[in-house]
Amino acid sequence: MTTPPVPYDIAPSAATVLSPEEQQFNDLIAADSRIEPRDWMPEAYRKTLVRQISQHAHSEIIGMQPEGNWITRAPSLKRKAILLAKVQDEAGHGLYLYSAAQTLGITRDEMTDALIAGKARYSSIFNYPSPTWADMGSIGWLVDGAAICNQVPLCRASYGPYGRAMVRICKEESFHQRQGFEILLELMNGTDEQKAMAQDSVNRWYWPALQMFGPPDDDSPNSAQSMKWNIKRFSNDELRQRFVGMLVPQAEVLGVTLPDPDLRWNEEKGAYDMGEIDWTEFHEVLQGRGPANARRLQRRRDAHENGRWVREAAAAYARKQAAKLTETAVA
Amino acid sequence: MSAPSSTDSVTEAVTEAGTNAPDRGHDHGENEGHGHVEVDGVELSAELVEGASVASRDVAEYALWLGDDSLVLAQHLGWWISRAPELEEDIALGNIALDLIGHARSLLHYAGAESNRTEDDLAYWRTEPEFRSAHLFEQPNGDFAHTIARQFIAANYLFELYSRLAGSADATLAAIAAKAVKEVDYHRDHAAQWVLRLALGTEESRSRMICGLGDLWPFLDELFVDEPVIDRLEGVAVRPSSLRGPVEEAMAPVLREAELDEPRGFICSGGGRRGDHSENLGPLLAEMQVLARAHPGASW
Repeated sequence: MTTPPVPYDIAPSAATVLSPEEQQFNDLIAADSRIEPRDWMPEAYRKTLVRQISQHAHSEIIGMQPEGNWITRAPSLKRKAILLAKVQDEAGHGLYLYSAAQTLGITRDEMTDALIAGKARYSSIFNYPSPTWADMGSIGWLVDGAAICNQVPLCRASYGPYGRAMVRICKEESFHQRQGFEILLELMNGTDEQKAMAQDSVNRWYWPALQMFGPPDDDSPNSAQSMKWNIKRFSNDELRQRFVGMLVPQAEVLGVTLPDPDLRWNEEKGAYDMGEIDWTEFHEVLQGRGPANARRLQRRRDAHENGRWVREAAAAYARKQAAKLTETAVA
Repeated sequence: MSAPSSTDSVTEAVTEAGTNAPDRGHDHGENEGHGHVEVDGVELSAELVEGASVASRDVAEYALWLGDDSLVLAQHLGWWISRAPELEEDIALGNIALDLIGHARSLLHYAGAESNRTEDDLAYWRTEPEFRSAHLFEQPNGDFAHTIARQFIAANYLFELYSRLAGSADATLAAIAAKAVKEVDYHRDHAAQWVLRLALGTEESRSRMICGLGDLWPFLDELFVDEPVIDRLEGVAVRPSSLRGPVEEAMAPVLREAELDEPRGFICSGGGRRGDHSENLGPLLAEMQVLARAHPGASW
């Protein structure tokens, strides 16, 4: 699942004679149209999508944990309801995305097994813990904010089921980001302790959120091919730049300081200059040496294992009901 | 094969909502803030019955019974999110918890007006003996079968209760009940489906369902105990003892189809309506209230 796709050049070379399906695929991509499940597609395109969509689904599912951590302790009933709704949305996003991946010939069980076995990846950001309530604000504002920047262009991804799932997901993500912003705003308008809680949380989540866009463009092995296939529309660095441009004025409204002393407006470039991202930390977390990798997978595995007898019961009951129906029909 | 044009307007809307967060964020009033939220089961402003009359002390007491039942049950169910047997159940149990928090908010909002307290004052700043939940709702999640057994009894009770409370002489209680009854009807169906699946599924699931039902059944009786306050609320409250027949009749066909006997054994003497609680409520409240109590006077 983590192997980079085989480089595949969609431009026909003089030496290659394309099959009609291949030609049709290339024409669809060239016309910026959608590829649908029954269309022919290159194996590498399929693999890339399976990897990307399943990783995205896993991220939604693992992403339920750092926020789920505060549902029982939310400090007001209104916040409790909103947080519960948000985490529930994430389960829904995971479902749409698993369904989209299933149209490419993989089952939900296979994807779940790969996740639990530690063979599949999910967004590294969820390997950070959420020790304070302010983290519910930062996750919404920074993590969901970064996700929106990444995901809005995916609504136009060339693979139909993925693009359509993303449309629905993006609608809900914008609500998630706003509720995160509101949590932080409320804290920044509150007591000194609340303000400190908010600033501390922003300090912890800012850099990992910037890392969510992936490595710099000159170190991103899969990006070029994904862009040729119209899966990816903007480069990692472009999206990161756009995100920071969006954050700065919002941070001013909040009254929080973004923890980058080198962050300043560059008139010439028409964009913000930013400090160096610690890619060593990024790779460490990716390699399983983050603060919460083991705990996240353990929770997922426990839920899956503890639920096995329930799923088996549901399947057995469905079989018995079906058999009963057949019996009645025969009689 | 379809052109991607249909997504454009959504994309723009999303981009706009994402980047304009500060402008909207300024206006985070209770009523405006989430009126448009497209999340199943969260119509926060609509849940609060505004402009309603102030409940009398007795009505407020009765509203606490119902509000605390829902709040405590929702608090338990919220734990399941990210731990359920399958994703569909994370969503279903989350939905049920959301409905119940909605009911609790409306009821506590109404109950609090009498003593000039907010829903959060009541949820976060009362001590254990001041809560009025019945023991059934306080029972721990246990395994999935225990959670389903608790849901099965609770949802059937709440459905019969709210069906009748919708005709209450108290207009606010009647309005809250009329909305809630549609939601607990779904909860009832969800629980019944799972009772059948577990009872008739595998040998293991059947024995777990029997165990869960047996462990929760002792707490059924308390739901039908009349307290003195009920005598003063004729036509306003639903008399608990009047619900025993309807609730048992509603559960009987499901138990029959599931080939389950009604458990016979212990009957818990209860006392939640008088502030005598099971041992589970203390830890539950400690967790629920910990953050709010660490910051007296703060707003969130």
